[in-house]
Amino acid sequence: MSPDTLAQHHNPGHGHGHGHGHAHGDGAGHGTLKGYLTGFALAVILTAIPFWLVMGDVFANPQVTAFGIMALAVVQVIVHMVYFLHMNTRSEGGWTMLALIFTIVIVAITLSGSLWVMYHLNANMMPMPAHDMRGMP
Amino acid sequence: MSAPTLHAATPAEEVAFYVAEEEHAHSGASTMLGFWIYLMSDCLIFAVLFATYGVLGRSYAAGPSGADLFDLPLVALNTAMLLFSSITYGFAMLEMERNRKGMTLLWLAITGLFGAAFIFFELYEFAHLIAEGAGPQRSAFLSSFFTLVGTHGLHVTCGLIWLVTLMVQVAQRGLIEDNKRRLMCLSLFWHFLDVIWIGVFSFVYLMGVLQ
Repeated sequence: MSPDTLAQHHNPGHGHGHGHGHAHGDGAGHGTLKGYLTGFALAVILTAIPFWLVMGDVFANPQVTAFGIMALAVVQVIVHMVYFLHMNTRSEGGWTMLALIFTIVIVAITLSGSLWVMYHLNANMMPMPAHDMRGMP
Repeated sequence: MSAPTLHAATPAEEVAFYVAEEEHAHSGASTMLGFWIYLMSDCLIFAVLFATYGVLGRSYAAGPSGADLFDLPLVALNTAMLLFSSITYGFAMLEMERNRKGMTLLWLAITGLFGAAFIFFELYEFAHLIAEGAGPQRSAFLSSFFTLVGTHGLHVTCGLIWLVTLMVQVAQRGLIEDNKRRLMCLSLFWHFLDVIWIGVFSFVYLMGVLQ
């Protein structure tokens, strides 16, 4: 391949203005002091509430508490993503968001699939007396 | 084809392993995206470990359960350490953007101390559990617990080594473009570990105590 052909192949890359300075700027978003402090305050609140729910025995029904913990965890993950990891739909031309969505889909399939299958596997196993169980490896 | 043909580039000519005109591709323009994709793959590792814990987390083998073992005040302290280290790393990044080398190094050092405190408390907890006879070999629950929490702790330890390395780099070379890029990668890594820890303290510790 001649140097000319290489140059032609290469040019389209430059077409949409991926200059040095610019490419650096649209990498990971830059935070602001206000953003970090807002994120930190939210994270502290969202961490304190679940600990309080469990340690203070707030709800009589543990299922309500469990639901509350998981809901708050999801909100806190989003807070961290937005304020600390600076996730948005624009960084890297949307590719980071696309990778994130793909990962979330895989994680959801892995988690829900494992729990679902293994729960039914346990439920459908023949019951085994406790003294037989003790001899199991 | 003989060997001399392969080495056609004479010693006088510099051997290049990439197309010379594409050199800018190595300047870090795509590093952040690549590192993000690495983090996402790391996320999958943790997803598998969480799924394992989700399946085995109630298999006590007539041994101690989470409610018997977990010390929530210690977990809360650990959570606080990691959260503080996240915000101090954020401050380091803000100082880096202002090109203030001294302040950046100071905040990085504070981040490192919080991270080291986290590892210290976690190792203390592990040592305590193992001394009580609740080591990873005791039950499937404890095996999956140690694997999940231990893998996270190992990540934080690697992050600390990386942090110290970068502090030396910044101290020696200053806040050059390469070091800024490296600090931004570690920033993503560090905040990502905090996100994983949210899952750990919610799903493992709080739910474990809750029964």
